[in-house]
Amino acid sequence: MYSEKVMDHFTNPRNVGEIENASGVGTVGNAKCGDIMRIYLDISDEGIIRDVKFKTFGCGAAVATSSMATELVKGKNIQQALEVTNKAVMEALDGLPPVKVHCSLLAEEAIHAALWDYSKKHGIKIEGLEEPPEDIGEILEEEEY
Amino acid sequence: MHIYLDNAATTRVSEEVLAEMLPYFSENYANPSAIYGFAADSQNAVSKARGQIAHLIGADDREIYFTAGGSESDNWAIKAAAEAYSDKGRHIVTSKIEHHAVLHTCEYLEKHGFEVTYLDVDEFGVVAPDVLEKAIRPDTVLVSIMTANNEIGTVEPVARLGGIAHRHGALFHTDAVQAFGHMPIDVNEMNIDMLSASGHKINAPKGVGILYIRKGVKIRSFIHGGAQERNRRAGTLNVPAIVGMGKAAEIAELSMTERGEYITKLRDRLITRVLNEIPYARLNGSPTERLANNANFCFRFIEGESMLMLLDQSGICASSGSACTSGSLDPSHVLLAIGLPHEIAHGSLRLTLSHETTQEQIDFTVDELKKIIARLRAMSPLYEDFTAKRKGA
Repeated sequence: MYSEKVMDHFTNPRNVGEIENASGVGTVGNAKCGDIMRIYLDISDEGIIRDVKFKTFGCGAAVATSSMATELVKGKNIQQALEVTNKAVMEALDGLPPVKVHCSLLAEEAIHAALWDYSKKHGIKIEGLEEPPEDIGEILEEEEY
Repeated sequence: MHIYLDNAATTRVSEEVLAEMLPYFSENYANPSAIYGFAADSQNAVSKARGQIAHLIGADDREIYFTAGGSESDNWAIKAAAEAYSDKGRHIVTSKIEHHAVLHTCEYLEKHGFEVTYLDVDEFGVVAPDVLEKAIRPDTVLVSIMTANNEIGTVEPVARLGGIAHRHGALFHTDAVQAFGHMPIDVNEMNIDMLSASGHKINAPKGVGILYIRKGVKIRSFIHGGAQERNRRAGTLNVPAIVGMGKAAEIAELSMTERGEYITKLRDRLITRVLNEIPYARLNGSPTERLANNANFCFRFIEGESMLMLLDQSGICASSGSACTSGSLDPSHVLLAIGLPHEIAHGSLRLTLSHETTQEQIDFTVDELKKIIARLRAMSPLYEDFTAKRKGA
């Protein structure tokens, strides 16, 4: 059901991890629906994305789109990163099954959310960037489980 | 070589069953409805299979009706009973953890003038008899509760539930697709009026099943056409598949105790190892009232489909109740019904064993599972937040 590229990025995801003192961190998705993506950006003073890492809770497509999205924004400037749409992520992965298209949207939103966090922290206005919606599911306490 | 731990989804046709079936494809291919002597073999083979199946559940041969599988049997039993007894009442009782073949059939009937009560289950997935007692009304015509659950393996107190239905003058149907041939069933002792079973869960081929209909239950034909199956189920009998199901039923009856003990031992090893060696894991379903072959777990902070894909890469076939495997955004209705929150239900894993599963396979699976879960948690933002919270607390 998945393309070879999706399987490759799922099996060997690029840029998994965290960045300490990241320039911007964005988390999107909802545990209730089964997908959460978090993207960490390290952005230089010149506005270049020097490094990017991700963590994802979700299906194979969610992992692969996160991985591909990080690849697509790495080394880019902010405007270029903003142009990485879900379509671009999907195309780079040679497509996704219809029921998994929302995963690619999540990847685009995660990048935007991380950029928004960066812009807020650094008092920078990024042209064309809107505040991402917040709908992260509450993480359950151990007692509730 | 793969390790097949999805025996609740389907099983392989065993060599013995296949050998029994083979002559009925191109040698003894006569239509058993025919009058000539050439058809005698087919007729006898179908009769024999009917007897083997009847014997397994303590029924009379004439109470076994062949169908194309468990879903057809469920549809037939529920729709036909609802229709046949609609003069008496239009209320049906079932549970929230039934197979979709029952649930969606009930939803269909709701659109056609019937009322359905979907009973809650407890945290183990058990339908409590007093919950059924309270739900039954004077106009209840049918109660349908599964013998054992397909996802979490919980065995329901069918004999008591059937007894309650009967005391209130309602028919009792049970979807025994997962239980048939895997645990002792006696339709009389267990107060069952109709029972659905399928061949392919017991090493017979796909596409054959039965509906047991107790003598005296007045349900009509569901598939209209010829006079097969005492005028109640039209269509040329699928002789090779029926022969296969009969043989498989016979083998299941003869080996049930031995196989059950063997599989239970392996299953318990699997459960014990997983719960001891993998943190934040839980067993879904009842620790005691469960099918011998079923283990169902939830692993926190990870999602089921990713787990299945990585297990597949290790050569292990398993299934999950995660939304991603069901094609909807909601995880398994069974896991939600036993009270699990969505985020935990997404991380479920079902491993279903067979008598051919080995201890080496179970140990390998647990070893792989440990690595896979650690790997997925390392990339899970939920796990990151959880560990950060714990450090902070």
